[in-house]
Amino acid sequence: MSSESILSLRVNGQPFRRLVPAERSLLDFLREDLGLTGSKHGCDVGDCGACTVLVEGQPRLACITLAVEMEGASITTIEGIGGPEGPHPVQKHFDQQVASQCGYCTPGIVLVLVALLRDDPQPSESRIREVLGSNICRCTGYTKILAAARAAVGAA
Amino acid sequence: MSGRWHAGEEAVVVGHSGPKIDGMARITGQALFVDDLRLPRMVHAKFLRSPFPHAWIRSIDLSAALALPGVVGSMVGEEIPRKYGAIPVCQDETALAIGKVRYVGEPVVCIAAEDEETALRACRLVRVEYEPLPTILSIDEALDPARPAIHHDSRKPSNVLRRVSQDYGDVEKGFAEADLIVEESYDYPGSTHVPLESHGALAVWEADGRLKLWTSTQNPHYVHRDIARVLGLEAAQVRLIKPAVGAGYGGKCDPFCTELCASYLAKKLGRPVKIILDREEVFYAHRGRHPVRMWLKMGFRNDGSITAIDFKAQADGGAYSSYGVVTSYYLGVFMTLPYRLQNYRFESQRLYTNKPPCGPKRGHGAIQPRFALELHLEKAAQLLKIPADELRLRNIVAPDTETCNGLKVGSVGMEECIRAVVKSSGYAEKKGKLGPGRGIGIAASAYMCGALHPTYQNELFHSGVMIKVDRSGDVCLFSGTADIGQGSIHMLATLCAERLGLRPEQVRVVEGDTSLTPVDLGSYSSRVTFMAGNACVEAADKVRARLFAAAAKKLKVEDAALQAAEGFIFVKSEPTQKISFVDAVWLAEEAGPLVEAGGYTPPKIGNRFRRQSVGPSPAYSFTAQVAEVEVDEETGIIRVERIWVAHDCGRALNRTIVEGQLEGCVYMGVGEALYEEQAYRKGGILRAPSILEYKIPTLHETPEIHSIIVESHEEGGPFGAKEAGEGPQLSTVPAIAAALQDATGIWLRDPPFTPEKILKALERHRAPLS
Ligand code: FES
Ligand code: FES
Repeated sequence: MSSESILSLRVNGQPFRRLVPAERSLLDFLREDLGLTGSKHGCDVGDCGACTVLVEGQPRLACITLAVEMEGASITTIEGIGGPEGPHPVQKHFDQQVASQCGYCTPGIVLVLVALLRDDPQPSESRIREVLGSNICRCTGYTKILAAARAAVGAA
Repeated sequence: MSGRWHAGEEAVVVGHSGPKIDGMARITGQALFVDDLRLPRMVHAKFLRSPFPHAWIRSIDLSAALALPGVVGSMVGEEIPRKYGAIPVCQDETALAIGKVRYVGEPVVCIAAEDEETALRACRLVRVEYEPLPTILSIDEALDPARPAIHHDSRKPSNVLRRVSQDYGDVEKGFAEADLIVEESYDYPGSTHVPLESHGALAVWEADGRLKLWTSTQNPHYVHRDIARVLGLEAAQVRLIKPAVGAGYGGKCDPFCTELCASYLAKKLGRPVKIILDREEVFYAHRGRHPVRMWLKMGFRNDGSITAIDFKAQADGGAYSSYGVVTSYYLGVFMTLPYRLQNYRFESQRLYTNKPPCGPKRGHGAIQPRFALELHLEKAAQLLKIPADELRLRNIVAPDTETCNGLKVGSVGMEECIRAVVKSSGYAEKKGKLGPGRGIGIAASAYMCGALHPTYQNELFHSGVMIKVDRSGDVCLFSGTADIGQGSIHMLATLCAERLGLRPEQVRVVEGDTSLTPVDLGSYSSRVTFMAGNACVEAADKVRARLFAAAAKKLKVEDAALQAAEGFIFVKSEPTQKISFVDAVWLAEEAGPLVEAGGYTPPKIGNRFRRQSVGPSPAYSFTAQVAEVEVDEETGIIRVERIWVAHDCGRALNRTIVEGQLEGCVYMGVGEALYEEQAYRKGGILRAPSILEYKIPTLHETPEIHSIIVESHEEGGPFGAKEAGEGPQLSTVPAIAAALQDATGIWLRDPPFTPEKILKALERHRAPLS
């Protein structure tokens, strides 16, 4: 059977120490062990971006990342981005533009944009498009997502 | 623009733009989808699926699987022998295969374990002995009487599920009157929905002996009924709850093995059971677009009027019927819109093959024939030397008419749609003049707003809505609808708020819970805004009447003198004379609890044609689009650069949400036009059962989409509204095909327009005629 090891990391600013099996994905760790279900299973093989979280501020596909690789890391999930009371500007504009239909892709896409704006508060249109190209949304045709992203840039 | 619901009053909330009341829950990751739910002692189950497209099951040996530590239990097909299916007249599927498998990926065994990984490992330890049978993988093979019947045990074994044949007017006479006859064959490929959330179910038996089932479905009511029937339960023993659903596009209309097996195993094991399909399984669960082979003949007069249509369609339906009977009608019924037509003949066949079942996908059954018809019009326009937009404009049906096959049409915003896309795209100036490798094309379409008839025969309402208001001021709306991302929760809140003088976010919506919410038939055939919207307005108006009666007494005026807006009920002529909504509720509660319900039953629109019971709708939406493409003639790569789409949705209840539906439809159409195909290898194995290989368009492949809302007033619609969620997809593929033709001169009649097909066609096009 698989080996287990102790994992220490920070998630949304809070320290955790957990015993995890070697083969556990970061996505399963977040969802099952920590109950952070905002990150979604879309494909589990790195094709869709629904599982995106931020590791040291950079987008990462949690479905193809092993939890044990995250020793000492600092992770941000959608739950750490702001809630309905204090939404991040990206979330505010997603709401206003109705850039989320079913919402299954939304946490991942919001995180990708949050990371982009943190690195580059005034990204060019082509940079926004490049970054969004890694996430699948099957509902919106990306049109409102782009509009929300542009509005968030304008507001930043 | 004002509807019969509020004659003389301007709508305040209806017609607004911007946020959905349930938007933030999704944007902050708080919305709970079925996979986000867990219960104490819950176990996980997985399926072992067939590796053969067609085979007898000779034996199943579970001993090694059951011996694996962590395995809790299992089930095989014989444990749920009753057949299930979306349409009662052709239920032909079992939760797990019994005795025979009919497609690769068909579930055979279900195993539950303490965790998913163990359940999967146990599935690999099951030994199944199969005896392969000859397979039927194509339309021609299905029609070959020498091949075995896939449903050998049905009453009349045949690989033809349904044949439909209809004839209106006098087609031969129509052709005799034609100056031009155009005849072509078309091949539309299968494609699949790929909702980002896979199908999943969580079942628990509660202490009162009842089943509680959360499932990712579009049709809570039909699934509820069928699950109960198949499991041998009273429907009242089952409570089905639809949590947040990560979209469906038609793919979650059927009952599924997830729901049946989770429910059954939860009882058998005495523990809650969760089953979530993985991505590859979703591709095999399918129920997507039918591949359809079509033949179309149309007659035209020199002035462009259409004298007759003769149309034949053969649909490759996969191994089970799903909604296939409906498909066989939808393939023909909408061909009589949006163009005037007196003479129409139509024949379809829906066939069984050894592949995952096809079913309803956005624009169900209407997408394929629409492609053929619109590309046909492009050809005819060129031969008649009439601009393609003009040809369409000359043929549009008038409002308030009846088509030759008995569809009763109300409002028709078709002309405005065509004019809007032509103008905003510069179609007339660009057509034929964009230079080498660049082209522009137009297409138009019509679609339904809900079916007049339910899938099982009954005379009851199609949508029920209940509104409960109490002295706290809380307004809670209960509806059996299924928001799957299209925004039906917000639609209901909007209509309720409009009638009660509130803001949508003041209305709480409880939906898709078969115990708590009145019946609604579900999110299919673009019915929700029209039908549930009407039910909602009726319920809200009853609440409103009670509030007004109470307020009128207090303010000493007639009810009719009152108006509700911004949280107050006030005297229209003297707005300072007012009481707050909460005070009015308090007064109204003197007459008893403030709970009211409304229902929508489609009008009994008699159709002259009894055989035409599938297809007629209380209203029809209209769309036109223009596509602009660029084709690299060296590589065959085509790019759709821009799409202009104008859609007549009746009254737009929320403009941003309507735009979102247009954009989503166009996006899905672009995928079908250029990239997506549910294609199989020799042994019935899917070629591309992953998001990457299947080639779902990312942002990079998605054109700039310009959406234009055209408002008409539909007399029977809530505030005049119609549909927007499916119709706009119908004209995308033909508009792109016409643009491709404009760019290159080639006629491609078999999407997706891959570089290989384009290069081959270009070669043929350039080769001198020999
Ligand atoms: S779930 Fe991780 S990329 Fe799809
Ligand atoms: S909103 Fe449904 S997948 Fe993006």
